[in-house]
Amino acid sequence: MIRLIALRLAFGAMTLWAASVLIFAGTEILPGDLATALLQNSATPENVAELRERLGLNRPALVRYGEWLGHAAVGDLGTSLSNERPVASELAPRLRNTLFLAVFAASIAVPLAVILGLLAAIWEGSLFDRGVNMITLMTISVPEYLVGYLLVKYLAVQWDLFPALANVTQDMELGERLYFSFLPMVTLVLVVVAHMMRMTRASVLAIMASPYVEMAFLKGLSKSRVVIRHAFPNALAPIISVIALNLAYLVVGVVVVEAVFVYPGLGQLMVDAVSKHDLPVVQACGLLFASAFILLNLMADVMGILSNPRLRKPR
Amino acid sequence: MSRTLGDVILDVRNLRITAGKNVLVHDVSFQLRRGEVLGLIGESGAGKSTIGLAAMGYTRAGCGITGGSMVYDGTDIRSMDEAGRRNLRGTHIAYIAQSAAASFNPAHTILDQVCEIPFRESGLSREAVRARAISLFRELDLPDPEHFGDRFPHQVSGGQLQRAMAAMAMCARPDIVVFDEPTTALDVTTQVEVLASFRKLIREHNTSAIYITHDLAVVAQIADEIMVLRHGRMVEHGPATQILQNPQQDYTRRLVADRAEGHLDRPEAEARPLLELSHVTASYSGLFKVTNDVSLTIHRGDTLAVVGESGSGKSTLARVIMGLLPREQGDIVFDGTPLSTGLRQRTPDQLRRIQMIYQSPDVALNPNQTLYEIIGRPVSFYFGRKRDTRARVLELLRLMDLPESYIDRKPGALSGGQKQRVGIARALAAEPDLIICDEVTSALDQLVGEEILRLLKRLQDELGIAYLFITHDLGTVKRIANKVAVMLKGQMVAGGETRVVFAPPLHPYTDLLLSSVPEMRADWLDEVLLRGK
Amino acid sequence: MKLFGHRLTIPAAIGLAIVAINVIAALGAPILAPFPEAEVVGDAWAEADATYWLGLDNLGRDIFSRLLYGARMSIGLSLLITMLSFALGIVMGFTAAIAKGWVDTLLSRGVDLMLAMPTLIFAFVVLSVLGTDIPVLIVTLAILDSVKVFRLARSLAVGISALEYVEVAKLRGERLPWIITREILPNAMAPLIAEFGLRFTFAFLFVAALSFLGLGIQPPAADWGSMVRDYREVIALDVPAPFYPAGAIALMTIGVNFVVDWMLSIHASSHGRRA
Repeated sequence: MIRLIALRLAFGAMTLWAASVLIFAGTEILPGDLATALLQNSATPENVAELRERLGLNRPALVRYGEWLGHAAVGDLGTSLSNERPVASELAPRLRNTLFLAVFAASIAVPLAVILGLLAAIWEGSLFDRGVNMITLMTISVPEYLVGYLLVKYLAVQWDLFPALANVTQDMELGERLYFSFLPMVTLVLVVVAHMMRMTRASVLAIMASPYVEMAFLKGLSKSRVVIRHAFPNALAPIISVIALNLAYLVVGVVVVEAVFVYPGLGQLMVDAVSKHDLPVVQACGLLFASAFILLNLMADVMGILSNPRLRKPR
Repeated sequence: MSRTLGDVILDVRNLRITAGKNVLVHDVSFQLRRGEVLGLIGESGAGKSTIGLAAMGYTRAGCGITGGSMVYDGTDIRSMDEAGRRNLRGTHIAYIAQSAAASFNPAHTILDQVCEIPFRESGLSREAVRARAISLFRELDLPDPEHFGDRFPHQVSGGQLQRAMAAMAMCARPDIVVFDEPTTALDVTTQVEVLASFRKLIREHNTSAIYITHDLAVVAQIADEIMVLRHGRMVEHGPATQILQNPQQDYTRRLVADRAEGHLDRPEAEARPLLELSHVTASYSGLFKVTNDVSLTIHRGDTLAVVGESGSGKSTLARVIMGLLPREQGDIVFDGTPLSTGLRQRTPDQLRRIQMIYQSPDVALNPNQTLYEIIGRPVSFYFGRKRDTRARVLELLRLMDLPESYIDRKPGALSGGQKQRVGIARALAAEPDLIICDEVTSALDQLVGEEILRLLKRLQDELGIAYLFITHDLGTVKRIANKVAVMLKGQMVAGGETRVVFAPPLHPYTDLLLSSVPEMRADWLDEVLLRGK
Repeated sequence: MKLFGHRLTIPAAIGLAIVAINVIAALGAPILAPFPEAEVVGDAWAEADATYWLGLDNLGRDIFSRLLYGARMSIGLSLLITMLSFALGIVMGFTAAIAKGWVDTLLSRGVDLMLAMPTLIFAFVVLSVLGTDIPVLIVTLAILDSVKVFRLARSLAVGISALEYVEVAKLRGERLPWIITREILPNAMAPLIAEFGLRFTFAFLFVAALSFLGLGIQPPAADWGSMVRDYREVIALDVPAPFYPAGAIALMTIGVNFVVDWMLSIHASSHGRRA
């Protein structure tokens, strides 16, 4: 089992490295000259030459990649093209904000989804189950911005309970921060809970259909005991997997939510950078997001291995 | 085998179980005494499992007990509420399922699961329960009884797990144990040991049992009374000896019938064999020799049975012959011409003349094709314009005793036996010289399987086809094959004419196999155990 | 009521109706729309009346007409992306399953790697350099999505190839194209079609999200995502404009999801419950 985990960690490291290559090389293999593409309409020969000089585009790609990666490892993420400031200093507060929002949302979404999913599976076919099924099927079809704007329209505008724009600043108190982040958090939760709940339900249902669960019933155990003692230990692995998968999805969904509420997070920064063709910022943000995504998937797999009894004690 | 039986502890009258509009069990009645074993015999769909589960007050989803009464210890189970029935299960009536591997929770140790119910219900201390479990392990001849329970289910073998399940059932000291096809999934040699352990266990504790199986020979070893079921109805019911020796009903007679040995001598063999294997060896990626130095000969019109237990390499041999698994050493010569090791180099004619029929008709036939497409493709592929495909397919359907109207149907509409006939028709469509039959009756009910065997025999008489018949069932071998090859771990330990191989002096493994086949006599098991000692 | 031999449930019927309406809107936009998509016909944010059924937008264009043209753009684009990703994914997946060996290992490991990385981020990186031309959008998203189709196609092909009736065809000497088209593909259709529906909703929501962020379809082309973006300034006022395109997106996705759910339940029941 140690071997399995080590292999998985190695794969994770390799994936991270591959992501960095892709993020960097993604811009290299694209057709056309990079500097011209970045400058778009203001691409005069002088500007292009100057940009090429600045980005060091005249040097071989491999060297530049090594430099970029090396610098990134120590925290130097380059300089922004749009405002000449070091990328790292721009990123830090934004990263904090995004993490705050994600953790806030996850801490509510995960328990809610798992419990709902578990109950729906245990009471399969009941009114509760079918109702929840229908509602979540609709929720996962609804884009985050619709949910967000509906919340803004009613909770912020009509009933004035929460602010429409999440103007979170550095020096806020925790309570104030929570208040301003409430609506974006709810939006995120609504979208993610639906996915997680459906997957949890499916996993638990699959387990409840196993022969050893029927055997437990045939031994005369009550339903609650069967669920807790027999189904749940085996459902742990798939549920953890589901949670991690959805947390990874959260990382990406946060971008749209930040746009809706103009929340000063990493997602907003990246979107702005993309439209301004600010390459160093895009690459740095990309690297951070990709790392979070890969790390979460990695944790999901490792926990899946750890909680599988067949792997813990091999033949 | 007369033992002192006690009072009636389970009295079932006019039991009726339905699933929606379908009636699964019609009007079944029986009485079970203390210490008595009732054998429930029948083919698949007869309702035996349903009755066994119903005796515990349990029905599967969609089914319900809609009539009759089941009186246990003075109370009708049907009148109990769910809590009452739950109380019954595990502690008074216990269940042993067909597949132990699937019935044990992979997340807990064996001991935890064996002791689970007595911990909660018996009122004994945990230590006492554990001691009881360990003594049960010992009674069941499990290795290292003290520590056996500390293992997880995936760490022990199938036969051991099946016995552990018996320990789990007995640990709560139930009055009745329901055995639901517990040895069906095991190898023949393992089956004997497990069966003996079960019998010893229930006799020692004077437990009553309902033993469900489709194999009469097995039930003969353990049952005092036998009830024969068919389509949910009781066909015949009586003492075991009477049912076996003097069956009254026609259906029972067919089940019990001493399957006559066929005429097994072939006419003079031609000088040139049809298929000849010389020292053939093959392995998967060079690691383990799945076929090890095998040599055999088949002449036209022969039936050569390749027999062995699971893992013996008998199915792999077929794949080596067909070219799906390239051989590493040895030669295969078909009708005078050497066959290439791989599939790609063989000529269409070589491919055509050796055909294969598979065990499970559900996966051997493309569910999206009609019978015309399935049977007709080989005709058009091999013979093209030289044959009228549709006429030929109709001819083959007639030969198989299948209605001609089925030609445009898809396999999903057919029964298991019918699908198997389609598989045979498909093989025949290529007009082969040799057909390899890979466990073709193992997935079918006993009587249906016998019909298929009769069909194959008729075809051989009419068309002179040779068969390579792969099976684990020695009974079948004795009846249909004039030659036999006994496989063990990839090697052929005995081979030649059947009457020679199965007569003394026997190779020890052949001896073991032959003696493990349950015979339809009640005292067979005792004989085997005596001999074993 | 039955469709293709299976009973329609109420959600499935509703879903089909929604999809049908949207497809008609998309195909018939030039004929059905009362006004051209980019023409200014009145004051900004004029209220809905008999002429302008849903009112006018931030530049004075008819919202209803833009909605119809937007259907064309959003649905058409997503359909194209899905078809491309499917073609790619199926070819690669079947090849990997049948060729086995190093081809399979290479493709599978490559796909595992790609699946472990967030597609949105990569889309961003590519778009930040290439800009947001429609062809670029289509190709990028199609390639990124094809890896998920690959997974399903490969596992289906592997599963079906392991069944004996495929071996029968091989033993007969049938050629590979015949085996793929006559033995494997027909039995893989049902799950593949369901997956097509799912991939479509994903592409659809993705394109809309990109447009909403300003990185997808650019104005003046009408597209539901960018319409939401354009209209969001009036959320605080009582103008319902932004909810029309957003609601249309949600409705279409719900419709497809209902249909896909129904298809999956048919497939599951015909393969599971036979005991």
